[in-house]
Amino acid sequence: MQYYSIIGLEVHLELNTKSKVFCGCAREFGARANSQACPVCLGLPGSLPVLNKEALLLGMKVALALNCGISSFIKFDRKNYFYPDLPKNFQISQYDKPLSCDGHLDVDVAGKTKRIGIKRVHLEEDTGKLLHKEGADYSLIDFNRSGIPLLEIVSQPDINSPQEAYEYLTQLKAILEYLDVSDCDMEKGSLRCDANISLSADIKKLGVKAEIKNLNSFKAVRAALDYEAIRQAEILSEGGKISQETRLWDDQKGITLPMRSKEEAHDYRYFPEPDLVPFILDDKQINQAKNSLPELPAQRKKRIVSEYGLSEYDSGVLIQDRSLADFFEQCAKIYEKPKMVANWLLSDITAIMNSRQISIKKLNLTPQNLVEMLKMIDENVISGKMAKDILPQMIDTSKPAKNIVEEKGLKQISDEKTLIEAAEKILKENQKAVEDFKNGKDQALTFLVGQLMRQTRGKANPDVANKILRGLLS
Amino acid sequence: MSIKPYQLTANKIKEEYKKGNLKASDVVQSLFQRIDNVENKVKAFAHLPEKNVGAGPCACPTQGDHRGSPLPLSGIPVAIKDNICVKGQLTTCASKILEGFRPPYNATVVEKLKKAGAILFGKTNMDEFAFGSSCENSCYHPTKNPWDINRIPGGSSGGSAASVGADEVIMALGSDTGGSIRQPASLCGVVGLKPTYGRVSRYGLIAFASSLDQIGPITKDVTDSAILMNVISGHDENDSTSVDLPVPDYTKSLIKDVKNLKIGVPKEYFIEGIDSDVKDSIEKALNVLSGLGAKYEMVSLPNTEYAVSVYYLVATAEASSNLARFDGVRFGRRATKTDNANEPSMIEMVSATRDEGFGPEAKRRIILGTFALSSGYYDAYYLKAQKVRTLIKQDFDEVFKKFDCIITPTSPTAAFKIGEKLNDPLSMYLSDIFTISANLAGIPAISIPCGFTRHGLPIGMQILAKPFDEETIFRVAYTYEQNTDWHLQKPVL
Repeated sequence: MQYYSIIGLEVHLELNTKSKVFCGCAREFGARANSQACPVCLGLPGSLPVLNKEALLLGMKVALALNCGISSFIKFDRKNYFYPDLPKNFQISQYDKPLSCDGHLDVDVAGKTKRIGIKRVHLEEDTGKLLHKEGADYSLIDFNRSGIPLLEIVSQPDINSPQEAYEYLTQLKAILEYLDVSDCDMEKGSLRCDANISLSADIKKLGVKAEIKNLNSFKAVRAALDYEAIRQAEILSEGGKISQETRLWDDQKGITLPMRSKEEAHDYRYFPEPDLVPFILDDKQINQAKNSLPELPAQRKKRIVSEYGLSEYDSGVLIQDRSLADFFEQCAKIYEKPKMVANWLLSDITAIMNSRQISIKKLNLTPQNLVEMLKMIDENVISGKMAKDILPQMIDTSKPAKNIVEEKGLKQISDEKTLIEAAEKILKENQKAVEDFKNGKDQALTFLVGQLMRQTRGKANPDVANKILRGLLS
Repeated sequence: MSIKPYQLTANKIKEEYKKGNLKASDVVQSLFQRIDNVENKVKAFAHLPEKNVGAGPCACPTQGDHRGSPLPLSGIPVAIKDNICVKGQLTTCASKILEGFRPPYNATVVEKLKKAGAILFGKTNMDEFAFGSSCENSCYHPTKNPWDINRIPGGSSGGSAASVGADEVIMALGSDTGGSIRQPASLCGVVGLKPTYGRVSRYGLIAFASSLDQIGPITKDVTDSAILMNVISGHDENDSTSVDLPVPDYTKSLIKDVKNLKIGVPKEYFIEGIDSDVKDSIEKALNVLSGLGAKYEMVSLPNTEYAVSVYYLVATAEASSNLARFDGVRFGRRATKTDNANEPSMIEMVSATRDEGFGPEAKRRIILGTFALSSGYYDAYYLKAQKVRTLIKQDFDEVFKKFDCIITPTSPTAAFKIGEKLNDPLSMYLSDIFTISANLAGIPAISIPCGFTRHGLPIGMQILAKPFDEETIFRVAYTYEQNTDWHLQKPVL
């Protein structure tokens, strides 16, 4: 039996407002526990929430970038449930009238564009954080996170494979980074994701779904969905039934485990938050948010293709990382070979970023330094191969390529006289290869060039070396 | 002086301060003496004023000379209902669950009182979390009516009304969700105003029902009510339901003039079960006003009969959510004994705390409100109640198109006996039948003394006006008060 995966994703995003969503508390990551908690964050009796308009504006930006309609009627609701990290034992959220709904995100999947619907985007408050000490018979609560604005972005169940889910998240994250509304860091918890998946023999029909929680990276989302699709398919093909439940992903073991069943699900008893008066957003405010939108990844991808002549693919990879694309454009402004810049960024530099797990911003590399190195290749001062060795040293020492070349005596040898002397010596020492070449074996030349490079410790200009050896042999 | 300072109104004390006849320490000492004499009978306080009150460095040193002080409440002792946060002082809503709770912050009204020079003078008793109309639902002790200590003072602000009525304090703050200021004011023979919803900040008022609660003054006369309203009114950036409208000087509304004033008298309020003495007093009061040039006419508020039902759905629904935070996790009482004593889970701790901490009326209302919000019942109960609430508000809008104010009895009966209605919640709920509508409609309403029953118990008259038209209320109330002497009668204790 063939089953279709039907996947919906819920993303929670901490907005990087200056203060919390319903009080004036600051909200720095890593501050001393409970140092950023006022009576409102602590849910003390008598305290009242007041909406931070900045959070609303950032939420509107996200909604607009996801092509959602903005509701002009803004209201909040209470979601009631007991949990010690929730100081009021209700969360201020939005229920029947979210900030916005009915948008979409066009996602590139394997070279094709797929439109994934956005069901709703709404604003709510984050909870505190429970800290469990190993072996202790108590838990501690840090309320610094309590009241940080959260944006919930809910997709339609339009996603049909774990890879699509991965692409959706990656491309959504790129948009959020372009909007500069969050640091989007899953490790810090500023971006969180829950996934719903059901299988169905008919792609238009929803099956019984499982919700997966505890997903700590996009890769974990993909892996958990892969696992869950197989688990559900096995049950269904054996004639079993999927039970609607919430499951937890165990990243270490690579499996999902049941957490709670539908019967145990909360009745949240939503009702309008009486402490916050509903209000009307006028067109002016919505237009202001619209006008404040920056260039988004899809627009930038098109522009980079037309402006710099990069391939669709290269442009697509480049724009996923906003700061990498910024770096590219800064280089392209001062250097006339944008494709060369893109090649270096997408190969060597990306490899270094990946192996060191840092972003381009944290890499000690300026666009000026990179361009200077590329120009040294153009001017035959160094070879491309030498540059590959020089680049990591530039990053380690923050020095320009020129200094490294001088310090280590790495300058490329293009001087013919010097190279002829060395070549003659090589030919003498490698009579067999000379014979082979004369007998028509072209590979012998490659060998001889290699010997010359070794002799000069890689500094010989490969083009010149080739030319000289060929001349001496003929 | 034959009249003791504790007997004076705030306005009179201000005059005496100005003349240099009186010092704040005289007033405070006089009140402490009065408390020593009568508090064991009245039991108005949940937490008595501290003996060193007003002695510390504050805007109003009790020893100081208040002559020429520009502060509106300089040296005036004000009692605070126990559900209003005072920094560092016990604030418990007369509930075991808030045992020992001292808020780390002041309610906005408390800040305003301090800035106005007032002396914070103890925390008054109340029905637990303002749930009740008799002040019997307190975890401490029932408060007694100063006019007859075998009777209830009304509630939930029974402690505030009784303390003012018994001259144990000069003025007090109460809170009113369905009549909790006006009904006890009526039963204790004092003046109690519930302002328009949004006129006074609720920040620091421990919420019962957020969309209905308002803080308001309980005072010996209408003038003091206006003086206290001047201090506590106004927009607060910490309460987004407080309305950003200018606050008039309410003392300027203290004018003896009701000529051509149009009074509506709702026929639905003269129901079966209303005490005939109450009915007679209101009729006499209307005649006094018409004798002064006002005109009154019967009007209709057709949805009045639904008010109590609507109220007990909306108020309990909000309360069930507002009271969820009392879980023993961060403040107040935490149960140590649970069924699973060896290893109590978090849920067990929370339920045991709430089981021990809440009294029976609080539990009743939490359960009712939780039910009204539950999935499958929300539309039939909460949502429908909100719709009827809109109709009730529209009834008032209609009447106020033609009339300047509405006059009704405050409560259908005078004070009932302690214990009389304790086991009959529905009949207890009906004692708020005339006051609830003002909260549902968000309009201002005052209760002022307008007579006594044949048994010598005070009767209150309620005056209601358009939203933010406290000025008309003050004008009518002041005119009536200045032409009668009910407010000058004092209980014998």
